[in-house]
Amino acid sequence: MGKTIIPIGPYHPLQEEPEFFTLTVEGETVVDIDVRIGYNHRGIEKLSEMKTFENSTFVVERICGICSTSHPYAYTRAVEDIFPMEVSMRSKYIRTIIAEGERIHSHLLWLGLAGHFLGYNTVYMWAWKLREEILDVMEILSGNRNNYAMFKPGGVRRDINAEDIPICIKKIDSILPTLNMLKKAVLDDPVLHARLKGVGVLSYQDAIDFSALGPTSRASGVARDVRKDSPYGAYQEMEWDMIVTKNGDVFDKAVVRILEMFETAKIMKYCLNNLPDGEIDAKIKDIPPGEGIGHIEAPRGETFHYVKSDGTNRPMRHKVRAPTFMNFPTYKATVKGQTISDATIILAAIDPCYCCTERIAVKDVKGRMLYDGQDLIRLSREKTEKMKQRMGVR
Amino acid sequence: MIREEILLDFTSRFHADILDLEDKSNTRVYVEITPESLVRIGTYLFRNIGARFNIATATDLPPKIEILYHFLVEDINLLISLRVFLDGEKPEIESLAKEIEAFNWIEREMSELLGITFIGHPDPRRLLLADNWPEGVCPLRQDYEEWDETVDRTRGV
Repeated sequence: MGKTIIPIGPYHPLQEEPEFFTLTVEGETVVDIDVRIGYNHRGIEKLSEMKTFENSTFVVERICGICSTSHPYAYTRAVEDIFPMEVSMRSKYIRTIIAEGERIHSHLLWLGLAGHFLGYNTVYMWAWKLREEILDVMEILSGNRNNYAMFKPGGVRRDINAEDIPICIKKIDSILPTLNMLKKAVLDDPVLHARLKGVGVLSYQDAIDFSALGPTSRASGVARDVRKDSPYGAYQEMEWDMIVTKNGDVFDKAVVRILEMFETAKIMKYCLNNLPDGEIDAKIKDIPPGEGIGHIEAPRGETFHYVKSDGTNRPMRHKVRAPTFMNFPTYKATVKGQTISDATIILAAIDPCYCCTERIAVKDVKGRMLYDGQDLIRLSREKTEKMKQRMGVR
Repeated sequence: MIREEILLDFTSRFHADILDLEDKSNTRVYVEITPESLVRIGTYLFRNIGARFNIATATDLPPKIEILYHFLVEDINLLISLRVFLDGEKPEIESLAKEIEAFNWIEREMSELLGITFIGHPDPRRLLLADNWPEGVCPLRQDYEEWDETVDRTRGV
């Protein structure tokens, strides 16, 4: 059978990392995949060398809109690692609260879009409605729905007011029953089981070889979480579970993210209830020459920053490694042998960014357009519909 | 194994290749090694000790280029950074991507941003820079100069 090449991408300004996939398909089966990134390479590392240590925090905050706290968190930890120094307990708690709030809203965003692609628009509506509640909590705490600007080397920029804490806890409590309902709706649905189980499997050994991170690795049975492995912030202070599943398929990746949200809510509530008193800023004056490494668990996995200082007020070298950089190449292992109608959800399961899937186009050898992004979403939905009919579910 | 055991095992096994060992803190160790031994030591850390490869960071320090390979031993929370120095004029090093898939992208990135050649890399194509970016212009080198006359970037703060 003749091979067809399907270009996906490359560009969408909303993505943190735009990408261009070339899928080679035989009939409906994907036989090869190639990725080209860098369409929106912004030179943040170079830019950061021209900013002061203080200003770089704002630069890295704008790397990603969804996980806008993970980069400043890793960066400030890298700068503090140059001394090395520890920040005050109160700022550790505040940092943990912000980082966990971001994790819930990021996972809800993923869940909603995953539902959308599978033709489960109710899941999409519910998940995004819940996400608004969390964004409200973040607005109360930081003043912003996103890009919180809470971090600075040596502590945090804003304190949390005592009178806001009961309001936030009440809001978090209020979403838990709905979240529970959503969990049951997704995990007990026979159609979703049939549709997602065994699709896009990342084996244990592949997860190790690709050094996969975050929920992508935990779904494959690799118990890997920076919050547990290299404790930072306030994560050691309370009991919480790392969610690990074994199968490595799309379904397990969803399970990990859904169950993780409950743990996250637990951590957030503990931190808000037990916020210690104290200073929030160590008021760092000069950064000594040296090098520092900061890594934290972002919603998608470990974010890694390396900062080298030569004693001036600017970083001499600032390396940024987002989790998707390591998770991306796992496509080579997961997409091959699957069908086109599953390709969208497999590519999406690693939570890179969904925008790219709307720019998929299928062309035949002469370059005529056969399918575009909308068609692929339609294919994915039709497959779910067919399964529903076959199983007699309405 | 605990931290001391791993470090002792590591230093005795590769004592001929280790040039310097900086025990910075409880969780950070920087080990300077000879470039020839990188593949051996890197593969040993990844396969035998079971460390996770975080990432590699390259810095231009004229007249040399420094690469740090960061490995995290997750069980004991120890970040081992292997440091190699390459000649700035003709930076070349054996590729680790042949052995381990996780090194693939970062070596491609370093080769275009700093002009380092990774010998034996399975897929040495361009990763990040634009297609019209001239060959041999490395933006993270200290002697980098703006090559595009039409671009006006304000530098510094």
